[in-house]
Amino acid sequence: MNGVVRQSWLVLRHTTRVALRQKTGLVFGALQPLLYLVLFGPLFATVGTWEVLVPGLLAQLGLFSAGLAGFGIVFDARSGVLERLRVTPAHRVALLLGRVLGSSLTLLLQSAALVAVGYALGLRAPLPGVLAGLVLMALLGVGLAALSNAIALTMNPDLFAPVMSTVVVPLTLLSGAFLPMSMAPAWLDALSRATPFRYVVEAVRDLFAGRYLTPAVAAGVAVTAVLTVACTVIGTRVFDRANA
Amino acid sequence: MIMTSGLGKTFPNGAEAVRGVDLAVEAGEIVALLGPNGAGKTTTMRMLTTLLRPTVGTATVAGHDLLADPRGVRRRIGYVSQGGGIGPADLVGEELELHALLYGMRPAEARERVAETLERFGLAHLAGLPGGALSGGQRRRFDLAFGLVHGPSLLFLDEPTTGLDPQSRADLWNHLRRLRQERGLTVLLTTHYLDEADALADRLVVIDHGAVIAEGTPAEVKGGAATLDEAFLALTGRSLRDGGGDGEDGEDGGGADRGGGGGGADDTGASGAARETAGRRGAE
Repeated sequence: MNGVVRQSWLVLRHTTRVALRQKTGLVFGALQPLLYLVLFGPLFATVGTWEVLVPGLLAQLGLFSAGLAGFGIVFDARSGVLERLRVTPAHRVALLLGRVLGSSLTLLLQSAALVAVGYALGLRAPLPGVLAGLVLMALLGVGLAALSNAIALTMNPDLFAPVMSTVVVPLTLLSGAFLPMSMAPAWLDALSRATPFRYVVEAVRDLFAGRYLTPAVAAGVAVTAVLTVACTVIGTRVFDRANA
Repeated sequence: MIMTSGLGKTFPNGAEAVRGVDLAVEAGEIVALLGPNGAGKTTTMRMLTTLLRPTVGTATVAGHDLLADPRGVRRRIGYVSQGGGIGPADLVGEELELHALLYGMRPAEARERVAETLERFGLAHLAGLPGGALSGGQRRRFDLAFGLVHGPSLLFLDEPTTGLDPQSRADLWNHLRRLRQERGLTVLLTTHYLDEADALADRLVVIDHGAVIAEGTPAEVKGGAATLDEAFLALTGRSLRDGGGDGEDGEDGGGADRGGGGGGADDTGASGAARETAGRRGAE
């Protein structure tokens, strides 16, 4: 049997192997949120709580790690690796899914590390809440990585890095990652509601506070699910089309 | 093994890269597509390997309909692109094993086939290296290993020896001849080296401006001309040798179809240096 599931697994295993070998990449992808955690967290903790900050930094991590996952495919397109894989009978969906799941797994490892460091600094979130939050992040990672790959394949590859690393900054800020958007002026609050990541951050904050069945959690789960499905569909379409 | 009828490609920007190519390649043949830069060789190759969808015409490749059953085609063919397909940081042995597994081989079978293929090309001792550590000739042999690890009956080679030193070229030719002899491998290759076509191919198909302008054995294509060069000049009004140095980068398709075409134009490092060598050789 040589179906989509097996092929996705093969590609996932391969990308994970490569990612684990390049440990610097793994660390650098998580470096920005970790720096915020260590150098901004103690400051934030004087007015807020770690349970509010860490979910925000998780969203930042998601955007910087999975959101920029398309870098990899730019390299593979340039070196001809992508084309070599496209000539195998592997389903093109599997070539994308394996990659995207690999990015999500990387994000999960980085998120777990971030939470662990958070714990060392003073975070006291209940385990079920943390686990639920990580699952949500992994799901978001799939969607973001799929979208990132789709953008990387559509856009001028030279522009991908500067454009995307700029785009993730306002998305992070508008998610209320660093300060809750409830403190924002009305216009900023309204703008923030138009971006999906705010809902994810608010859901994870509730989960980290031990509140599981709240409207915010429901909204966050719904937004993440829709985003992930939509982005994966877009990703597969683009990936399938990019070379006929 | 290959049968096309009126195969053509017009890119969305209106450029007609290939206009109605009829091609017939028998099992066990080595056929060379010969033509100046931008003639449509690579586009033809990319259509036949399912990487590019033809806008007109039909084709049967390795027993499968190109348009109706592209995965069936992919299962039976091997393809080595101009730029190859090895990332500078990828461990070549590991990549080759994934490649084999994607063809549906069981893990044990894949390992065996990988070992056998590496052995054949004298690459076993290099399997643990990253792509960036290989010389131009080694890279090209690895590219060939990727194209053959699953035992295809038909192999497509796009400019297989561009940028290689004479010894590596001769070595690659010998490998191909041996594969044909031992396994009855069918090969369709593009080249802008006339000596390569002359030395390797049973039959030449000369393409210019996206259409076939001559076809036959090297002797037939030569006709009354003393050399293939002269024959070529008479056919196209151009000499392959003049522009032949770094011919690949301008080749059609690459720009219009950036998803995968980048391999030829953008790669760096060893092959870039190798290409310069080719440029110098071409200028001599």
